Amino acid sequence: MSDTTKLEMPVRGGNILAVNPPALATDERKGLTKKEIAADHPTWCPGCGDFSVLALYFKLIEKRKVWHENITTVAGIGCSSRFPYFVQAHGAHYIHGRALPFASGISLTRPDLHVFVFGGDGDAFSIGGNHLNHTARKNIKMTYVIMDNWVYGLTKKQTSPTSPLGFKSKTDTWGAVDHPINPMKQLVSAGATFIARTTHTNPNHVLQMMEAAMDHDGFSVIECLSECVEFYEGAFDASNPRKGGVFNTVPTDHDVTDEMAAYKLADAAFPGYFGIFYKVNRPTKNANETKINAGAQEKSKGLKDWQILQKNFDRMK
Amino acid sequence: MSDSTITAAPTGGAPKVAKVSEAIIRIAGNSQDGIQAIGGFLARLAGRSEQEVMTFMTIPSTISGGPSIFQVRIGSGEVLSAGDEADVLLAFYQHSYQDHIDSLKKGGIVLFDSDHVEPNPEWQKEYHHIGVPISGLTVEAIGGTAKDKGKNIYALGLIARMFDLNVPKLTKLIEERFGGKDQSIVNNALAAFHAGYNYALGNVIDTFQLLESQKKDRHQVVMNGNEALAYGLIAGGVRFGAGYPITPWSDVMELLRRELPKYGGTFVQCEDEIASISMALGASYAGRVAVTGSSGPGISLKTEAIGWGVMAEMPLIVCDIQRGGPSTGMPTNVEQSDLNLAVYGGHGDCPRVVLAPANVEDCFYTAIEAVNIARKFSVPVLILSDQAIATRIEAFGEPNLEKVCQDISPDLAPVPDHKPYDLEAADGVTHHLAPGTRIMSGKYPIATGLEHDEMGHPTGSPKLHTQMTAKRRKKLQSLAATLPVPQVYGPPEGNVLLVGWGSTQGPIREAVDRARAAGDSVSAVHIRYISPLPPGLENIFSGFNHVFVVEMNDEGLYGYGQLAGLLRARFCDPKIRGITKTDGLTWKVKDILQRAKTNVTEGLKKL
Repeated sequence: MSDTTKLEMPVRGGNILAVNPPALATDERKGLTKKEIAADHPTWCPGCGDFSVLALYFKLIEKRKVWHENITTVAGIGCSSRFPYFVQAHGAHYIHGRALPFASGISLTRPDLHVFVFGGDGDAFSIGGNHLNHTARKNIKMTYVIMDNWVYGLTKKQTSPTSPLGFKSKTDTWGAVDHPINPMKQLVSAGATFIARTTHTNPNHVLQMMEAAMDHDGFSVIECLSECVEFYEGAFDASNPRKGGVFNTVPTDHDVTDEMAAYKLADAAFPGYFGIFYKVNRPTKNANETKINAGAQEKSKGLKDWQILQKNFDRMK
Repeated sequence: MSDSTITAAPTGGAPKVAKVSEAIIRIAGNSQDGIQAIGGFLARLAGRSEQEVMTFMTIPSTISGGPSIFQVRIGSGEVLSAGDEADVLLAFYQHSYQDHIDSLKKGGIVLFDSDHVEPNPEWQKEYHHIGVPISGLTVEAIGGTAKDKGKNIYALGLIARMFDLNVPKLTKLIEERFGGKDQSIVNNALAAFHAGYNYALGNVIDTFQLLESQKKDRHQVVMNGNEALAYGLIAGGVRFGAGYPITPWSDVMELLRRELPKYGGTFVQCEDEIASISMALGASYAGRVAVTGSSGPGISLKTEAIGWGVMAEMPLIVCDIQRGGPSTGMPTNVEQSDLNLAVYGGHGDCPRVVLAPANVEDCFYTAIEAVNIARKFSVPVLILSDQAIATRIEAFGEPNLEKVCQDISPDLAPVPDHKPYDLEAADGVTHHLAPGTRIMSGKYPIATGLEHDEMGHPTGSPKLHTQMTAKRRKKLQSLAATLPVPQVYGPPEGNVLLVGWGSTQGPIREAVDRARAAGDSVSAVHIRYISPLPPGLENIFSGFNHVFVVEMNDEGLYGYGQLAGLLRARFCDPKIRGITKTDGLTWKVKDILQRAKTNVTEGLKKL
C-alpha cells in the first residue's frame, strides 16, 4: 500500500464521537474523476430527473475532492433510492423509509465520513415521516436529498404524500383527495437546521444547494424536484423556464434564520421559491454526545476499559 | 431443599436458635414500599457472605402502587431456584397476607404488620403468626414525618434478628446505599434498621442461623440478569446501541446509556423500535458492532430490519427480554413465548442466530459470545432473555475482566480488492469492510437487502438467489458444527429427560435433584443455542424413554410448546413432548415433577 492518507480513527478507550475532520485530497491523490465515481449504469427510465441529481452528486464529489472511502451513500426504497448502486463508493441500500436512522448510526459512530442520504417523497414523508422529524430534532450531521416526484414511481403510479389534489393515479383514479404535504413547512416545524429547495432542471442551482448542505454542520435537507417522465410528465413545467415556467429564487432579503419567514415562503403557490429557506446553527447530536462523553471520560482518565468496568463490579460485591 | 429446615417453635417451648442450611423469605407489600430494597440488601449480603442467593419478584404494571412481592432464597449450599414455598412470609397489608399465605409452607412463619393486618383465626392454626406494629414502630423510631418510608428498613432489621444476620455488613450496605445523599437519610435508615433489629423478636419465636457456607476461593458479584447482560455487552466491546423504552428491556438501555460514555461510546434513545434497530445496523455497518433490544412487541416491529441484517450479512446484537404475550400481553410477567419470533420472525428464508442465557451469570457470558458469533459469522444474533432472569438477583463468581474484555474497533487498513459476498470465500462467510476503508482497485461494495451479486449489486438471477440463500444458510450450519454438545445433568441414560432453555435451568435442575433423591430416573439437558441447535442432541434423546420439553409458553394448536415444536420438526421423534404453562410465573419445582409424572402415565396409556 502506498497510501499515505491518514485517517484519524478513534481508537479503543477513545471517544467514538470525537470529531475528526474527513481527510481531503492531498497532492499525492488528485481528486476523483467522474469515471472513477460512476458505478452501475442507472436503471432509471430515459429522461428521469434523477439522472441530473446523480450527475450533480458526482460533480460535487469531484469539485470538493472527496475520496471514495470517505463517502457513504445511503438510501431506502424507491426509484431514487437505487442511488447507492450508481456511485463508486461505500454505500448501503436499506429498507423502505428507514434510511435516516440507519445513516444516523453511521454518522454518530464515524465522524470521519461524509454521510449522504438519497430518497424519494414516499420514504421521506410517508413511511419514514417520523424518522424525518426525529433526525431533524436531534440534528444529526448528514445531508439528505429528497428527490420529490409527487408520485410513487417504482410501484407504477400510486398517489404519493406530495401528489397535488386532483392528481389522477391508480389509487385515486378520480384524482387525489388527501391534502398534500408541504415539504418545506414540514421540515421547518420538525426543526431541521438547513432546509433548501431546488429542481433537477437547474443543475447549477442543485450543485450550489448540495455544496451549502455539505458545509452545514448539522442535519441538512434538500428537496429536489425530480420529474417522473413515466408517471407524472410535466409535473414541474411551471418551474422550468425552458417549458415556459418561472424559476424564482428565494428573495435576497429573506432572513434564513427566521422560522416564520421560511414558513411564509413555503406558502407560495407552485412553483414557489428555490434556494435556502432556513439555516441556523444549533449544536448537533454528534457534538452534544461528544461533550457528554468528554465529561464521562474525564472521571476515568488513564483507566483501561476493563478497569472502568471493574469499578462497577467492585460496587456490586 | 427447604423441607424440615425452618419451623416455628412449638407452643409453650422456650425459643431457641436453630441452625438452618437455607431460608426462603417472601416479602409482600405494595410496589412503593421499597420491598425490592429489602430483597436487594439480603441478596447483596449473601453475596458478600459467600452464600448462594436467588431472588424472584413481581411488580405491577401500574405506574405507582399495586401489590408487589420479592422473594429471596439464601443458602449455604447450591441455590437453583427462588424456592417453591417460603419459610417466612413478611406481610405489610391485609391483601399481602391473604394473597400470599398460600406461598408459605405449612408450619411456616407469618411476620405481619399488626397495624394493617387482621390475622385469620383459621390460618393461625396452620402457620405461626407474629404481629409486629411495623408502621407504628417505624414512625416511633425515625419520627412522624416519614409515615410510610423506612418501614422496609425496619422490617429488614426484624429479619436480620430472626436469621442472626451479619449486622456490621448490613449496616455497611445501608450506608453504601443511602450514602452520598443527605446524612439525615442514612441516619434515619440506620435508626429504622436498629429499631427493627432490637425489637424483642427472639422472645416470641425461634431464631435461626444460616450454616457457614463452603468457603469459595472466589469473590462474588451480585446483580440481576439485565445488569449482567448490559455489562457483558460492554465487556464484549459493544460501544454503540439504540433502543426504545419497553418493560422489561428498559433497564438494559438505561444502564448502557449511563455507562457507555465512560468508554467513549454512546446509546441513543430513538423515536421507535424500527429506528432503533436501523440505527444499530447503521453503526454495525460503519464498523462498530451494535446492540438494540426490546421485549416481544418491539421485536415484532424490528423483524423487517432483522431480515435486512440477515440479507446484507451484518453483525448485530438484538436482545429480547421476553414478557407475557401476545400483543401488549402481561408486561411485567414472565413467558418464553418469543422463541418462534426469534427463530423465524420475518419474511423470507431468514436464518439467524438465537442464544438463550440460562441464569444471571450466563447473561454476562452470553452477551460476549453473541458479539463474537455476530462478528465471526456476519449475522444478527438474538439473545432471548426473559422477565424472570432480567429481574432476579444472583451472586456469581467475579469474572476476570482483564481477560474477558475485548476490543472490537474496526480495522480500516487499505485493501487491494474486496468482494463482500464472495461465493468462493474459504470459510463461506461475508466479512464487510467498514466505510472509510480504501479499496485500491477502486471498486466499492454496497450492503443491501436486495438479492445481490458478490459485490452487493442487485440481481434477479435465479442461480445467484439460490447460491446466496445457500451461503447464508451454510454459514450457520458451519457455526452449528462448532458448538459444544450439551452436557446432561444427571445420568446420560434413564427414563425421563427434561429439556429446558433460558431461565428455567435452575428449577429444572432442582427438579432433577429432588426426583433422583426420591429414586426416580430423571435427567435434564439445557439448550443455550436455540438456533442453530447444538450437535449431539439426538444421541442424548436416544438414551431416554421420555423427553419432556419444559417451557413457559402454550402447548399450541398441535400440543407442543415452541421449543418442543422445533425439536420435533428437527428430530422427528414422537417421544419429544411438552410440559408448558402460561400463568406468567416462574416454574415451581413440584409442578415440573408433577407434570412430568402425569405425562409419563398418560404417555404410557397412549402408547
